[in-house]
Amino acid sequence: MTQTIAVEARNVVKAFGHADTAVRALDDVSVQIRKGEFFTLLGPSGCGKTTLLRLIAGFEMPSGGTILLEGADITTLPPNKRPVNTVFQSYALFPHLTVAQNIGFGLEMLGRPKSEVQATTARMLALVKLEAMANRKTSQLSGGQQQRVALARALAPSPKVLLLDEPLSALDLKLRKEMQIELKRLQLETGITFIFVTHDQEEALTMSDRIGVMSAGKLQQVGPPKEIYNHPVNRFVASFIGETNFLPASRDGDRYRLDCGIKIAAPASNAARVTLTIRPEQVRLVAETEADALPAKITNLVYFGTDTHCHAALLDGTEVVARLQSPASGDAGLAVGQSVGLRFVPEAIQVLED
Amino acid sequence: MASKGFVLSRLPGFNAIAIGVFVALYLPIGMLVVYSFNAGKSVASWEGFSLQWYAVAWANDAVKDATIRSLYLALSAAVISTLLATLAALGTTRRAAFKGQTFIYVMINQPLMVPEIVSAVALLIFFAMIKQATGYAGMGYLIAAHAAFCIPFAYLPIRARLEGMDLTLETAASDLYASSWQTFRFVTLPLLLPGIFAGMMLAFVTSLDDVVITVFVKSAGQDTLPTYMLGQIRRQVTAEINAISTVLLALTVALLTLFFLLTRKKD
Repeated sequence: MTQTIAVEARNVVKAFGHADTAVRALDDVSVQIRKGEFFTLLGPSGCGKTTLLRLIAGFEMPSGGTILLEGADITTLPPNKRPVNTVFQSYALFPHLTVAQNIGFGLEMLGRPKSEVQATTARMLALVKLEAMANRKTSQLSGGQQQRVALARALAPSPKVLLLDEPLSALDLKLRKEMQIELKRLQLETGITFIFVTHDQEEALTMSDRIGVMSAGKLQQVGPPKEIYNHPVNRFVASFIGETNFLPASRDGDRYRLDCGIKIAAPASNAARVTLTIRPEQVRLVAETEADALPAKITNLVYFGTDTHCHAALLDGTEVVARLQSPASGDAGLAVGQSVGLRFVPEAIQVLED
Repeated sequence: MASKGFVLSRLPGFNAIAIGVFVALYLPIGMLVVYSFNAGKSVASWEGFSLQWYAVAWANDAVKDATIRSLYLALSAAVISTLLATLAALGTTRRAAFKGQTFIYVMINQPLMVPEIVSAVALLIFFAMIKQATGYAGMGYLIAAHAAFCIPFAYLPIRARLEGMDLTLETAASDLYASSWQTFRFVTLPLLLPGIFAGMMLAFVTSLDDVVITVFVKSAGQDTLPTYMLGQIRRQVTAEINAISTVLLALTVALLTLFFLLTRKKD
């Protein structure tokens, strides 16, 4: 059923520059984005996520490959012929038009009757709660309000897909949190497919149905937030999404021998040399005398309010971070230089084959 | 001391030099304005306040005739040069950089570099040939000549405005289903209008003020206000010239003020 796929990229390549010096911003990217889902392209700057978005919008043409919208090839269509709208990072609101005129722009250009333009504009103003601002110039609005106008303007023509290019990066932390919830609400209310580009992993984890992690022009992993967080496929994904500890190890029977010489249990693997990863919140601090505990020495304690990060060095010097919930008394009874035992839950360990 | 850096206004004599320069610039103009209100005939001794020279100038048919011609010429030249300059500015900013772009800039701004007297002589000879061939001796020559040297004055503010414009706005318009023409008509042009008006005003003032090219190109009986004044001063200097100059000055100051208001960056 092609009907359930909103956007599909097939072997898309985008190179900038000429022949030998060309840079591959996208290197053979293939992905299917489902209808009605909140899909996030996540990656560091320069990974190609914005380029992929611009190719879907039609602002740039791919050097190779195909882009399909609901099964139809749109690779070479100009942006004004694609039923896809964009929320720009800089908002790009028209400064010479009022809020209402900005929102109605797309429908006006489509030549829709005045009554329809007015009705839709009014509905959009209500959707983003800016009814009172209809006749203001956009320069008179705050950053958060401009953001809402940009959203309403892009949603007004009922696009098949809404593209969002780091739309929250210009907002302060508190407003960003509010807008995250707002965006999710708009997506659920309109049922429109959202493709959201961000470099903020927390934003991606909290809002998305699925995430595509990108690096160096390639899609590294595509999956729901929990899967990406708990089962990263490679070192890049593991380190980019959240914090994690990397422990080099060798397979020894059905267990793994860490470089500090101690053997621990972890999920099975075929490789001889592996890297074990474990999230800081999955590391337990126990008495050093406890059986099966890894002996370590505390090197640093960093207080974060709700929790404390305890840095500890294993016998070979490998550093492991444990996240401990701050106790009610405010004092965990730990000190730098203290000897402790570390314990990992075997199921929480990810095995990356080197 | 070093941490404060170089502060120009702290140099010795800064105030004296600044005041000296402003006096040298504006004192003669101030004198001209003051003496246009002189009751006597002299342009050197004050004999009391009067508006008589404005009345004399107003009643002078030659002055009226030259004024109307000047305004007609300046307006025609400003409209034509602004239209061409707008197209040139769009062509040099709204497309990928091309080979020879710098050369085009230089060509467009050529009237600013070439000595005016050289252009004037060249136009005199060129237009004489056309006149002989066609027999046409109307205002067309003056309008064409003025439009040509006004182009860079109109081009520069329009190009500056285009270069300062966020290209994402045009991308956003095309994303919202606007065709290339609709994008220009509903986004680029409205945002460019202040630059177009500013360019037109600058071109208007430049044309209004021109003497050298006008003297060489004009046919008999085509005096503009500046060439008429030049002719009068050869015979005798009267306070009537002061009065006309003051009116021209007022018009120019008004237009240039408007120009600065239009090109001022809004924060």
